[in-house]
Amino acid sequence: MNPILHLNKVFDNRIRLGIMSALMVNEEINFNDLKELLQITDGNLASHIKGLEESGYIQVQKGFIGRKTNTTYKATEVGFLAFKQHLTALEKMINGTK
Amino acid sequence: MNNADLKQQEELQHIKQMMERSSRFFSLSGLSGIAAGTCALLGAYFSRNVIIKSDGAVLQNLDNNLYLSSFNGSFSFSDLIVNKLVQIAIITFVASLVSSFVFTFLRSKNTNVSVWGTTSKRLFINLSVPLIVGGIFLFKLIQFGIVGLIAPGCLIFYGLALVNASKYTLNEVRYLGYMQLLLGILNLWFIGKGLWFWAIGFGGLHIIYGLIMWLKYERQ
Repeated sequence: MNPILHLNKVFDNRIRLGIMSALMVNEEINFNDLKELLQITDGNLASHIKGLEESGYIQVQKGFIGRKTNTTYKATEVGFLAFKQHLTALEKMINGTK
Repeated sequence: MNNADLKQQEELQHIKQMMERSSRFFSLSGLSGIAAGTCALLGAYFSRNVIIKSDGAVLQNLDNNLYLSSFNGSFSFSDLIVNKLVQIAIITFVASLVSSFVFTFLRSKNTNVSVWGTTSKRLFINLSVPLIVGGIFLFKLIQFGIVGLIAPGCLIFYGLALVNASKYTLNEVRYLGYMQLLLGILNLWFIGKGLWFWAIGFGGLHIIYGLIMWLKYERQ
């Protein structure tokens, strides 16, 4: 089967790909850490997070540290699986064209 | 290699980079290593002078007291703090901590990574646990007058701390840790030459490591 079919449209964006990559190796990450990692504005980050949330790939947890809100994100099982498939497809494409 | 292929390579590269940067603190500056190493060498130099000047009495005061009738089995904290070598050790520790922090702080400003963020906290905790445990253990050794094991003990616990912490920062830290461990173990067969091993480990290795890191990642 053509591996291109396995490439995930949701991940066809550097920011969303970055968020998912970070969530693969961290149990959870908060908004500010993601912002620092990706070096983007609040609004931009929020919209991409929303996209991932709507796809069911990440889970949002709102909490507090003292009085400040602390929103953290976690990859869902569906998200893990989708990312893994995307990665496999990428690797297959690279190996296939060599 | 066609264009599409290049894009996928780049994408994989991006994934790898994001995974690493979100889980490791990379702003550790090589200059920090050089600064800490320099402090250690100065500390070792002054300690040696003190030992030579006192004709070993300053060590004798700490060492072998177990066998003196006046020695009641352990030193109190106030006994130790008046010892010149203990004073030099404390000053050296603080100086190297402060100077190495400054360079890493400056580097983190350049790389836009907060010096007290999630990744640096994780690094700090993983470095601290073996160091604090080692510190308590070594303090007890000094209290009981077992001075010969202090230098190898410092090297071994510090080496373990580095190996442990290397998962959360530059990979090269692991090799620095292995070298410190090797020196510490070797020192166990040369008790009495501790100051030399200590100077090579905390002074020489830090400076060499720092220089390599600076040349590899920071020189513009």
